[in-house]
Amino acid sequence: MSTPPSDWEVVIGLEVHVQLHTRAKVFASSPWGFGKEPNEQVDPVVLGLPGTLPVVNREAVEKSILFGLVVGASVPEHCSWDRKNYFYPDNPKNYQLTQKDFPVVVGGQVEIELPGASRNVMGEHKFIRIHHAHLEEDVGKLSHAGSGSLVDYNRAGVPLLEIVTEPDLRSSAEAEAFLRSLVAMLTQAGVADCDMEKGQLRCDCNVSIRRRGVEKLGTRTETKNLNSISSVRDTVIYETARQIRELEAGRSITQETRGWNAELARGYVLRDKEDAHDYRYFPDPDIPTLKISRETVARLAKQVPENLYDRQRRYVEKLGLPYTAASVLVNDRALAEWFEIAVAAHPTNPSGIANLVANDLLRDLAASTGTAGAFDEAAPAPVSLASCPIKPAQLAGLVKLTDDGVISKQQAKEVFTEMFKSGQDAAAIVDAKGLRQNSDTGELEKIVQEVIADPAVAKSIAEYRAGNEKAINALKGPIMKRTQGKANPVLIDQLLRKFLA
Amino acid sequence: MADALHTLSAAELGRRLAAGTLTSRALCEALIARYQTVNDKVGAFTHLDQADVLAQADASDARRKAGQGRGPLEGIPVAIKDNIAVKGQPLTCSSKMLASLVSPYDSHVAERLRAAGAILYGRLNMDEFAMGSSTENSAIRKTFNPWDLARIPGGSSGGSAAALAAGLVPLSLGSDTGGSIRQPASHCGVVGLKPTYGLISRFGLVAFASSLDQIGPMARSIEDCELLLNALSSADARDMTCFGPSDRGLTPAGDAKKLRIGIPKGFLGKGVAPEVAAAVNAAVDFYRAQGCAISEVELPSADLAVPTYYVVATAEASSNLGRYDGVRYGHRSASAGTPVEMMTASRSEGFGPEVKRRILLGTFVLSAGYADAYYVRALRARAKIRAEYLSALAGVDVLLTPTVPTPAFKVGEKASDPLQLYLEDIFTIPANLAGLPAISVPCGKSGHLPVGFHLVGAPLSEAKLLAAGRLFEAAHGFAHQQAAL
Repeated sequence: MSTPPSDWEVVIGLEVHVQLHTRAKVFASSPWGFGKEPNEQVDPVVLGLPGTLPVVNREAVEKSILFGLVVGASVPEHCSWDRKNYFYPDNPKNYQLTQKDFPVVVGGQVEIELPGASRNVMGEHKFIRIHHAHLEEDVGKLSHAGSGSLVDYNRAGVPLLEIVTEPDLRSSAEAEAFLRSLVAMLTQAGVADCDMEKGQLRCDCNVSIRRRGVEKLGTRTETKNLNSISSVRDTVIYETARQIRELEAGRSITQETRGWNAELARGYVLRDKEDAHDYRYFPDPDIPTLKISRETVARLAKQVPENLYDRQRRYVEKLGLPYTAASVLVNDRALAEWFEIAVAAHPTNPSGIANLVANDLLRDLAASTGTAGAFDEAAPAPVSLASCPIKPAQLAGLVKLTDDGVISKQQAKEVFTEMFKSGQDAAAIVDAKGLRQNSDTGELEKIVQEVIADPAVAKSIAEYRAGNEKAINALKGPIMKRTQGKANPVLIDQLLRKFLA
Repeated sequence: MADALHTLSAAELGRRLAAGTLTSRALCEALIARYQTVNDKVGAFTHLDQADVLAQADASDARRKAGQGRGPLEGIPVAIKDNIAVKGQPLTCSSKMLASLVSPYDSHVAERLRAAGAILYGRLNMDEFAMGSSTENSAIRKTFNPWDLARIPGGSSGGSAAALAAGLVPLSLGSDTGGSIRQPASHCGVVGLKPTYGLISRFGLVAFASSLDQIGPMARSIEDCELLLNALSSADARDMTCFGPSDRGLTPAGDAKKLRIGIPKGFLGKGVAPEVAAAVNAAVDFYRAQGCAISEVELPSADLAVPTYYVVATAEASSNLGRYDGVRYGHRSASAGTPVEMMTASRSEGFGPEVKRRILLGTFVLSAGYADAYYVRALRARAKIRAEYLSALAGVDVLLTPTVPTPAFKVGEKASDPLQLYLEDIFTIPANLAGLPAISVPCGKSGHLPVGFHLVGAPLSEAKLLAAGRLFEAAHGFAHQQAAL
C-alpha cells in the first residue's frame, strides 16, 4: 500500500515547522511553555500593542544556525526578516515575521535509514537535501465558543524554524524515515524538543506523481498542518492513490491546498490556486539585516553532536555491536553517551554492556519514568537517565564480574535487578547475597569425584559413555546441591568430562 | 513674575527652579491656568490630566528639596504628541480607532523624560496616525495656528507646534516621518528637529512608516531644543534600528561661522512664495556675512523624493496599521458576524479617509504584480536620493532650503486636494528618505505668518545644525516668540 504501482513515481517535499527550544519568544522577552492559562504568556510586544517593536532573540537564531550546522548547511553571512501580511484574529499584528529572501539556513542534507527486512537487519540509507530553513514566529490559537470566538496568544511569537526539503522523498516510508531522522537530529542537538502532544512539530506535505522515467514534475498538492508522523505517512498514501486515480481517469491534478482529517483518514480541499493569498511580502523595516559572525558559527560548531548514523556505523564497525543494539542506543543521545562512559570503564566487552543497556536498563527505566507521546508514536517512550539508579561504571562492573567468571550470566540478571532497586555496586550485591561462584578447582574436583562414585548416578554415567551427551546433565544437579548452587557451571562441565573420559 | 511664566524658555525656568525662586508646582499651576483660557482657542491638547501633572510636580519639588534633582529638565513640563506611549495616558493617535486606548507601558522617551525629572504634561493633537500636514485629519478635534486662528498649524505634529507658539508648554515632543516636526515648527514659528534615523529609540512611538519615523524635540529656542534632544538620546535594546552605545557619538559642532552651506540648485524656484524666498535668502546672506562658505549643490534626483516617499511610507503604513482590527484593543464594530467580518467592519468604521487612502495606496504598491513597478523601484530611488545627499554633504556641512514652500494656509483650503497637500513636505521628505538629521529654524514672517528655514546635515551632525541655528537665532529676534492670544 505504501509503494505506488510501479508505473507511477511519487515525489514528496516536506515543510517541517519546529518550535525551537528557547527560553523567550522569538521577537519578545516573554517566556513561553506548555500548559499555561490562556494569554498568560504575553507582553505588549507579543500582543502587537501600538508602538512596540520586535527584537530578534539571539538564542533562537543560534539554535537555527546550530540546526544548519547539524545538517551540513552553509551558514550565510547575513539573514533578514520579511513581513507576510494577512488578516486573521490569531495573528496579533496581522502580519507574520518570517524570512523570505535571506533565510538563516541554506542547503544541507539529512541522512535517513529505511526499515530493513527485519528488526535486526539494517535498511537502505539515503540523503535528503534541505532547500533552506527560515526562522519565523508562531501565531496564536483561535477557538469558537458558543456564539463568539476566543483567542489565546500564548503560542504567538514562539520561535518556529520552518525546514523545507527538496522534493527528494519517493515513498511514505522515506517520508517517515526522514521525519524520524530529523527529530533525532533536532532533539540530540538541543535545537528542539519535537513533542507532538504540545504541537511542537507540524508538517506541510507536498505530493505529486509522475510516470517513472519522466523528469518533469507533476502538479503538486500541499496538505497543511499534519501533526504526527503517521498522518504524514497516511497523507502520502492517500494523496498518491487519489492522484493516480485522477490521472488514470483522464482528469488532471489541481494545484491546491488541502487539509487532513486524521479520524476519517481522508484529505479535503482547503483552497485552490485562485484563492491563494497575496501576502504582500516586504522586508521588515524594524529588523535590520542581521550579520552572522564567523566566531559565532565556530562556537556553535563545537556544539554539534556526532551524527546519528556516524555513531551507529562506529558502534557496529569499531565496537562490534550488533545492529539491533546499536540502532536502539543511537536514537537517544544521552543513552548513547551513558553507554560510552560504561564502555570506557570496561573496554573489552562493549556488546555485553550494550545488550544490558538496550534491553534490561531501557526496560526498567521505561517502566519507572517513561511517558509516551512524541511526534513519532512508534518510537520508544523517552527515558530519563537523570533518575537512573545505576551509574555507567557500576554497569561496567557488573559486566566485568560476568566476564571474569565471578558470576554467571543468569546471576548477572538477578544482580542487575537488585542494582536497579538499590543503586549498589554489583560486587557488593554479589558478596551480600553470597552469589560469588565457586571456581576452586581442587575443591570442585573432590566433589565431582564423590558424585561420580555415587551408585545413584551409575546409570547416567553409563548412558553418557554410550554416547548420550545429555546424560551428563544428570550429574550436575547433585554437584550444585552440594555447593549450594555456587559451583562455576563451566568448570563443572569441564571436570565431569575430564573424569568420565 | 508668575504671570509671565508661560513666556519663559525651559532653560530659564530650569535656572529659576534650581535657584529655588520657582517650584514645579507653581509653574504647572500657571500653565494649567493658561491651558484653561487658551487651549479651547488653539486646540493643541487632546488630553491633560491636571491632578496627575500636579502630583508629578510635587514629586519633583520633593526630589529637588531632598537634593535628588535629576538635571536641567527637573520639574519642567514636556507635552507629548498623542502617538508616543506614556503609561496610564491615552494613546489615541487622534483616531477614532484608538479613542479608548490607554497605554499600559512607557515609551523609551517617556522613560528618559521621567529619568530626567521632567513632568509628562498632557497629550497633543495630531493628524490621524501622523498622516497629514495640517492636523485637520484629527478625529478628535481641530487645532489652529496661534498666529492666525483661521489657519492650520501644520502637521502632523500640529498640536506640538501650536502648544509652544501659544505658550501652553515650554517643550514638546513630535514625530517626523516626512516633515511632521519641521513643517508645523515652520508654520508656528518654533524650532523643530528631526534627529538622524536611529538616534532616538522608536520604542513606544506608534508606527506610521517604520523606516522613516523619528521622534524629535520641539521648542521655542535652539537652547531648549538641544536640552530636550540630550534628554531623549540614548541607546535602547528594544529598538533594533536605534544606535548602540558606541555608535551614537555626535560630530562636534565646530565653529558655526566656518560652516560650509550648500544651497540645492533650483529649490527656491519651485512654487516657493516670494516672502518665503525673501526670508530664506536673507538667512543665506546672514551666514555669508558671518563668514560661512555658500555654494550651490546639485541634487538631480530630488524630484523623485515626493513620489518615492508616498510609495515607501504608504507601503509600510498599510502593514503597520494592519494590527488595528478590533480584536485585542481599540474600536470594535458593534455589527457582529464572523471574526473576519468584525475586523473588516471595525477598520471601516475606525479609520478616517486619509488613513484609508494611504492604506489602500500602500496595499496596492505591495501587491503581487505591482510591487516591482512601485515598491521595489521606490526603494531604488530612495537609495539614489540617499547617495546624492551623502555625496553633497561630503562637500558641505549643511544644506539650506525653506522648510515649507508657502506659509500656513487656511483651515479647509486644501482639504479636498490631497496631492496639493503632499507638496507641503517637498523640502523635508528627503531627510527622512536618507535618514539624515534636519532642523527648522524660525527666520522671519510672511505678513503675520512665521517662516522657517531648513537645514539638513550628514548623519549624527545634530550639533552642527544646532550651532548654525544658534548663530542665526542670536542675531535675530525670533527666539521665544509667541503669538498674542
